[in-house]
Amino acid sequence: MTSIGTGYDLANSIFSPDGRNFQVEYAMKAVENGSTSIGIRCKDGIVLAAEKVITSKLLKQGANKRIATVDRHLGIVYSGMIPDGRHFVDRARDEARGWRDNYKTPISTKDLAGRMGGYMQAYTLYQSVRPFGITAIIGGYDSELDTPVEGEVGSGPSVGAGGKVEGKKHGGPFLYMVEPSGLYWGYYGAATGKGRQAAKAELEKLDLSSDGESSLTLEQAVKEAARIIYVAHDDNKDKEFELEMTWISGADGPTKGRHQEVPEALRKEAEKYAERMTAKDIEEEEETKEGGDKMEE
Amino acid sequence: MEFGTSGVLSEDGIHVDMDRLKKGEVNLGTSIMAVTFKDGVILGADSRTTTGAYIANRVTDKLTQVHDTIWCCRSGSAADTQAVADIVQYQLGLYHMVNGRPPTTQIAAAVFQEIAYANKDRLTAGLIIAGWDARHGGQVYNIPLGGSLHKQPYSIGGSGSTYIYGYCDANWKEGMEEAEAVAFVKEALKEAIKWDGSSGGVIRMVVLTEKGADRHLYLPDSDYKVRHQ
Repeated sequence: MTSIGTGYDLANSIFSPDGRNFQVEYAMKAVENGSTSIGIRCKDGIVLAAEKVITSKLLKQGANKRIATVDRHLGIVYSGMIPDGRHFVDRARDEARGWRDNYKTPISTKDLAGRMGGYMQAYTLYQSVRPFGITAIIGGYDSELDTPVEGEVGSGPSVGAGGKVEGKKHGGPFLYMVEPSGLYWGYYGAATGKGRQAAKAELEKLDLSSDGESSLTLEQAVKEAARIIYVAHDDNKDKEFELEMTWISGADGPTKGRHQEVPEALRKEAEKYAERMTAKDIEEEEETKEGGDKMEE
Repeated sequence: MEFGTSGVLSEDGIHVDMDRLKKGEVNLGTSIMAVTFKDGVILGADSRTTTGAYIANRVTDKLTQVHDTIWCCRSGSAADTQAVADIVQYQLGLYHMVNGRPPTTQIAAAVFQEIAYANKDRLTAGLIIAGWDARHGGQVYNIPLGGSLHKQPYSIGGSGSTYIYGYCDANWKEGMEEAEAVAFVKEALKEAIKWDGSSGGVIRMVVLTEKGADRHLYLPDSDYKVRHQ
């Protein structure tokens, strides 16, 4: 970075002559050093997963959660500066609560992503603040059922409301990623943190965008999420880590539309699968290496 | 027994003075209703507005639009219900712009209810919210005096409604055709107008379906037989 030391990196509200905000770029650096987080959107739900690098043997196993629930149907995982992430989640909870107060219905994933993108962006504008040192992945399942007004009494006709437009799908699983600049996009698969490159390469191999038979189911996505965190951890092998995973299904799925931790049994199974698959990759790598040696003889 | 004008419990601890209009305040002593049918929902109302015994307006429009296909029937204080409808209309317009999609009837009902409940001590407003949206079809919500929210297959309200509970219970059917539902609303309101001194004038209706909002007008001159609009 040639412009470093020119004074344009000292404050948020000053652009560099070539139109960059260095404070935001430094925030992204903070994210790049954080432990890996990923999110998968498959046809019947969302999986969020985080690699938790164990910084001390004195930390209690399974405590210190990294994936937060924002509303019944919404979860957030983030990479970078953990306290910044905690504040981000607090704000997301306020937004979700505020929406419920106003409209007496749950906030949609898209609307929450929009609100949080706006919130992040506001921290790139003022002299008095610094940008968030996190990139956050927001996952949610918007109910495909008719949602009532909270607190309403009674019901419509037993034959159901007339005049519905048939053949239209409503709600479903949605995944967004918000960056320190405030930029946010919707994704099929999202990855951030130290192992994001390896994770993205693995995510791209999965069939997440179609509805067909080869497309991933929620339970497969849980296993793949575990595997991808294991693969992404490979570059950071000397440190031990814990895997944390949550998921959200539709109303007829295993979590009944709620954001929940993946049950221990399924997580263990996914970890075994991940260990098996990563071990196999390493074996294959070594085999090809040996083969290469032979060719040289 | 003498009732005060304070709107609190009287000495016997049972009777509440719910007629809380100020002296001379314009009242919508009314007959209003909304019914769901096969393709959506129909709102209906009489057109009489009174200040005491004086008919202040004989052709009032008590069916008020708050969004493209979300309307409400107003009863109680004309001033209060107009003010509430104005606020909700603004809120729903803003919602549409900010979120890039039209509000559902649920959203409208929630906004109406919040205002009705938060200001229950100051308002005299009995509202029926009816709307059509692509996801939920036609729906009816009733918000009576205290600000509670009731989802109903059909709803009747105003002073005239007391005379037609039996008629509606006997004649209302689920999933009616449009013409059948229009006839049902018209006959019910004719009865309410016949028996209720505070209801009268013309019969107005709004039919909300996928096609949008369609207004009906029936005049007493032709015994409400001919549709004028």
